[in-house]
Amino acid sequence: MNGLDAAITQYIDPYYLRIMILLGINIILALGLNLITGVTGQLSMGHAGFMSIGAYTSAILSMQFGFSYLMALLAGAMVAAFFGFLIGIPTLRLEGDYLAMVTIGFAEIIRVFFLNFEPGGKAVGLSGIPQHTNFITVWLIALLIIALNTRLLKSRMGRAFYAIRENEIAAASTGIDTTRLKILAFTVGSFLGGLGGGLYSHYMYYINPQDFGFMKSIELLNMVILGGMGSIPGTILGSFILTLAPEMLRIVAEYRLLFYGALLVILMIFRPNGILGDVRIYDLKKRWGRKEVKTCQS
Amino acid sequence: MFWEQLLNGLTLGSTYALIALGYTMVYGIVQLINFAHGEIYMFGAFAGLILVSFFGVNLIVAMLGAMLFCMLLGILVERIAYRPLRGKSSRLSALISAIGVSIFLSTLMALMAGTNTHRYPDVIAHHTFHLGSLDFSLMQILILAVSALLMLGLQFMVQKTRIGKAMRACSQDLDASYLMGINVNRVISFTFAVGSALAAAGGVMVGVYYNAVWPYMGMMAGLKAFAAAVMGGIGSIPGAMIGGLSLGIMEIMGVAYLSSSYKDAIAFGMLILVLLIRPQGLMGQKISKKV
Repeated sequence: MNGLDAAITQYIDPYYLRIMILLGINIILALGLNLITGVTGQLSMGHAGFMSIGAYTSAILSMQFGFSYLMALLAGAMVAAFFGFLIGIPTLRLEGDYLAMVTIGFAEIIRVFFLNFEPGGKAVGLSGIPQHTNFITVWLIALLIIALNTRLLKSRMGRAFYAIRENEIAAASTGIDTTRLKILAFTVGSFLGGLGGGLYSHYMYYINPQDFGFMKSIELLNMVILGGMGSIPGTILGSFILTLAPEMLRIVAEYRLLFYGALLVILMIFRPNGILGDVRIYDLKKRWGRKEVKTCQS
Repeated sequence: MFWEQLLNGLTLGSTYALIALGYTMVYGIVQLINFAHGEIYMFGAFAGLILVSFFGVNLIVAMLGAMLFCMLLGILVERIAYRPLRGKSSRLSALISAIGVSIFLSTLMALMAGTNTHRYPDVIAHHTFHLGSLDFSLMQILILAVSALLMLGLQFMVQKTRIGKAMRACSQDLDASYLMGINVNRVISFTFAVGSALAAAGGVMVGVYYNAVWPYMGMMAGLKAFAAAVMGGIGSIPGAMIGGLSLGIMEIMGVAYLSSSYKDAIAFGMLILVLLIRPQGLMGQKISKKV
């Protein structure tokens, strides 16, 4: 595997390699948020908070406690999942935009906490994190997550998640334990957030609380909504577009963010339900299958 | 000490309340979190700055000019970015559109004015009043008075005028209002205009009070004001006022008696606490869901 990685770093331009690694991380993060917001319909605007918990926890564990790379990643993700569980509890009582506000508040509190956190280097940030994350690890994990996520959404539980999004009361009345599933969605989603954060910190070498601010949460939310809510291919496409867009827009230099903002508005006007709104891998297969049958008949 | 902090909290809180009113009014009618609202506030502060420093007008005229400018800006934003989406998309698409506008506007200002902080020229005498042991400045009085006046005016407009009645009808049921012959699009434009004007007034006053205006000032202020609107119960106009004032007081008290490095965390922590106890916000009405 090390040989393969060496070959990759040799043949692929480091700039493109970096974009591809960040894309893999973004896909993992966005899939986590997709599970919470896209699939279960609980608007979360603080995903970067979970990401920062994973990033800091795994970085500190591997720098100061000598954890191995995978153990540190896993531990970071577990801690983030625990906080996701804690945030999941208010979802029992709060709805829609009230919940969004709590998640924003939570992420801001985490950010301020890390700004004052001694072992995390306070506002200066944490540097010297071993750079274990490479193309192979990111994409192996990302593909694994995509596969598991597809399985999950196809399962009985996945259907129940969609049911909660569509109509919570109807879902509850058909015997779905909405409370348990909403907390579960938050826990699994923030686990993925923490995992992405750990991969990020072990790639970037240096992290700072400002990396995980409100704009980062919004960027992740954009990926989920832009691609198409609740759709795995959509989320991957959204991550792809929004990871690449800032790079492509480098041509326009300082007008980059201006175009980025305008792009969001224009995309929403022309594709109001996201580019691949609610397209699921499962449905696509079915549609292709049906087409074949039709051609046979005609 | 305590009373002074309370006064500071009220001053800060009334500017939050002015911004929060825009959030809550728009939300009440179209159920959209207008994330570009913080940027409108920032544009208001800059418009006031330009009027004061290049045209040499006095503070009140500058504030009125900024309000007028932001009214037009608010209507324009609604026309371009929200109206094409209305009715045919989920609320979240409109939210992304709002975020797009917010990024666009703050970058636009950063390109025009540079990213550094601008200062207001001296537009108001630095006069300090004493009342017993209490010190307060002329600007504080002005902020409190202007905010109170604007909020009373708003309350009067919403409760007593024809357009206010239409606004209340629209916030109850947009479709039914449309069937009753209310020009819904005009009411929505009007709501954006009023909300933006209030934000602009807040922007000019904050700019003068803290003597600092910069292109990214809208984001944190917008977040805090949204927090205030939610705390008061989003969609409720008195709720936004009370939410804004209490958030301002809590923030100042938190800084004064707990820790200044946790300033933002205190405000949001209190907000979460309030929502855990009262999920519908302080003044919000509990809406039972129909099946």
